Amino acid sequence: MQDYAIDQNESQSSSETHQVSLNCFPKLEVENVSKVYAGKGKQLLTVLQDINIKIFPREFICLVGTSGCGKSTLLNIIAGLLPPSTGEVLVDGQSVTGRPGSDRGMVFQGYTLYPWLTVAQNVAFGLQFQGMSKADQKDQVNYFLNVVGLENFANNYPKQLSGGMKQRVAIARALANEPAVLLMDEPFGALDAQTKEQMQEFLLELWEKTHVTVLMITHDVEEAIYLAQRIYVLGLGQVKGEIPIRLPQHRELDIKLSPEFVDIKRQVINMMRQRH
Amino acid sequence: MFESIPNPPPELIKRQYSYLPNSTFWSIRQGFPRQISIVLIIMSLVLPLTVWTIVSTTELVPATFLPTPLAVLSTGITMFAENNLWADVFASCARVLAGFVLAAVIGVPVGLAIGTFHSMDSLLSPLVGTVRYMPTTGFVPLIIIWVGLDEPSKILIISLGVVLYNIIMVADAVKFIPNEMINVAYTMGASRWDVLGKVIIPATFPSVLDTLRVNISGAWNFVVIAEVLAAQNGLGFKIIQSQRLFRTDRVLFCIMLIGVIGLFLDYALKWLSKKLTPWADQVRH
Repeated sequence: MQDYAIDQNESQSSSETHQVSLNCFPKLEVENVSKVYAGKGKQLLTVLQDINIKIFPREFICLVGTSGCGKSTLLNIIAGLLPPSTGEVLVDGQSVTGRPGSDRGMVFQGYTLYPWLTVAQNVAFGLQFQGMSKADQKDQVNYFLNVVGLENFANNYPKQLSGGMKQRVAIARALANEPAVLLMDEPFGALDAQTKEQMQEFLLELWEKTHVTVLMITHDVEEAIYLAQRIYVLGLGQVKGEIPIRLPQHRELDIKLSPEFVDIKRQVINMMRQRH
Repeated sequence: MFESIPNPPPELIKRQYSYLPNSTFWSIRQGFPRQISIVLIIMSLVLPLTVWTIVSTTELVPATFLPTPLAVLSTGITMFAENNLWADVFASCARVLAGFVLAAVIGVPVGLAIGTFHSMDSLLSPLVGTVRYMPTTGFVPLIIIWVGLDEPSKILIISLGVVLYNIIMVADAVKFIPNEMINVAYTMGASRWDVLGKVIIPATFPSVLDTLRVNISGAWNFVVIAEVLAAQNGLGFKIIQSQRLFRTDRVLFCIMLIGVIGLFLDYALKWLSKKLTPWADQVRH
């Protein structure tokens, strides 16, 4: 009994103990992942080399890199859509290498909504595979359409929505499935600058509300810093480094103009420019 | 910091830019006046009809070779009123329908399989690709030897002529589905069977309807071939019978009747596909 009391004193508060114990086990782990393609003749093309990444529960992580650095390949490997040449992908300590599943929900850059389904039917798409009853599906769909603010568009077809709205539906569809990790592949890459910022604000609010674990890839350094708690910089198929973002959890768009933000941006850009 | 830029060489100063000359008639994707468009549309139908009328009424070509448009029309009315042409229209339509349905029932699933699975692609594509270049008309004598001269052989000829195009076009439509649309289903826990049934089939549905619409014209080609060879009725039979009697007016009317039926079917299927797929982008022609 006394030992227990001492333990509590040492760890300042019980909630923090809880936080630490949760953080001990990564939600998603990428272990020594490499991807090598056979090039012309006997040449081998190394796209990814010995990638190691850990994502803890409730984290928002961004992978930043220039186009052609292999970040999309990496995300596809993590999602299980592409097998790695070597290495493992683990979700909650279980190997899921090369096997896509509902534990890793994905939002793509292009519009992947099914045009023959209404917005509500799109959001319900994954739920039918879980054997959820129609009534429960409807509740789940309504809840997540509310979360993304599109409850009035439930019965519209995707072609009637704007680009930003389509991506919000795609996010709602991924979230409704309650994945362990939400993977995002440049989700706002095809949007105009204004819509993109609105969507970033929306995504951060959404993450604060739901505390879903997110791994997002982007080439937009500002977007990465604004959204993430940690950034991995990817270059030439390798992790060049990891940068913690020491900004307040709740962020307004104005933070992009603050000196701290600009300092981090400089740090990230310098790391991206480094040659190994 | 910068070196001063030297004066450009004289040949650059005299440089001529090239500009696009104005043109209305030959404009490429620059918009086209509606009035000119309407005039041209009318001309495209009226001009050949006028030439035909002039050539035939002035007997530049003897009437036995080229009857006047009015003569053809009145022959047609007579054929419907006295020669029971309806029965022939019905017989040909029934054959086209049967052959076409058979070609769709075989062609669509095989096309979906080839487009979806690499294994089926490797297994079936070489066969389909080879048989496609063998003329269907060449198979007709064989079909008659194997199946006989009755209805089944006619239906088989029509199906054989259409089915390969169905397969190839449906398989292509599947390959046009973006990878992401399939991958995102896997990340929501869908099985391969779910992907086939809930993504690939609905995604290709408008293209499948389009394929069938385009290929029904092929079915009309082959029904004529089938009926020319062996039949007691049908529009193709009427054509060959009229040829033996040197009735060019009847031949012309039957050909044009098939054209009108084809045009009508085309519009009907277009309308149907619009009704069935209100979600699709209506850019198809």
